[in-house]
Amino acid sequence: MKKFADLHLCPSFRNMDALKGMINTAFRLGYHFLGMSLPPKISEGEIRELREICSTAGANLVTRVDLTPKTSRDLLNQLRHFRRRFEVVAVTCLSKAVARQAAKDRRVDLLSFPADPRKRFFDTAEGELASKALAALEIDMASILSFQGFSRVHLLSRLRWEVEIAKRFKVPLVISSGADNEYLLRAPHDFAALASLFDLPLSSALNSLSEGPQSIVERNRLKLSPGYVAPGVRVIKEGKDCPRV
Amino acid sequence: MPKGVRGRYLALKIVSEGTVTEGELTKALWDAVLRLFGEYGASQTGLLLVEHNGERKYAVLRCRHKALELIRASVASITELKGKPAALHVMGVSGTLKALHKKFL
Repeated sequence: MKKFADLHLCPSFRNMDALKGMINTAFRLGYHFLGMSLPPKISEGEIRELREICSTAGANLVTRVDLTPKTSRDLLNQLRHFRRRFEVVAVTCLSKAVARQAAKDRRVDLLSFPADPRKRFFDTAEGELASKALAALEIDMASILSFQGFSRVHLLSRLRWEVEIAKRFKVPLVISSGADNEYLLRAPHDFAALASLFDLPLSSALNSLSEGPQSIVERNRLKLSPGYVAPGVRVIKEGKDCPRV
Repeated sequence: MPKGVRGRYLALKIVSEGTVTEGELTKALWDAVLRLFGEYGASQTGLLLVEHNGERKYAVLRCRHKALELIRASVASITELKGKPAALHVMGVSGTLKALHKKFL
């Protein structure tokens, strides 16, 4: 059975009841992995508490940080500081220079763009760079739900173009809710049906809600585990009784 | 729906502040379909509100089986009912009303 993931929940951490309600609703809708956009300076204790709340609901917390650098140098600095603290690193690209840097950096997991179609810099050059690195293109469904009329028409048209580029360069897609309240959460199959509005086939959309995000989480958890050395190499035993090679 | 056309029944959970009447729900559903797919698309859905329970906050819809994804997308796009934030979640889909009741309601 598919395990679905919503890697972008943006709840308010001040209202714990709303936070718990959102986690419970997301789990009831069928999500197993819940990625929460956490403040970069969150303490280990607070993460542990969140993990506890998620596991009580039956879900699996994925720690995520959203970086919004102004310049590419700023991005490199932030990646150096936060990469090893969070399981998923998403970069909101506010300029073309940042988008290019984020697409080619292997420490970036998700490329995220503002909802305004004029500020989305995912083009063929970006797709080509992202295909050589590990970054996936993230599509937040909250903006599709909250926009109306012409703004939604423009956004859907832009997303259709981005999906086409992602398909051409084999850039993975990740569909997330981007929800900041319960009312913007939808079941995975409902999001997949909504994805047909920008010409993403149902099977690809379901894949972008399950295998795609799951593989990012598993890859990063492996990298952050203590025994990890390099891709394909990990410490399986340590001590004096280990055979010498 | 014409005889011989396969249908699908959808069980919906209504998440909203306060209760919603049958008329308000029907209007919200048709508005969503018309907004996303236009009159031509809406004419292919065969959409019908079969059941509505305001107290238990659920509803049952019927549509043509070929229009299922179209209806799912329209239902998911509803974010407001009576001007207040709301969401409609599809609890399940079935080919018969009897099976829908047995499995999801």
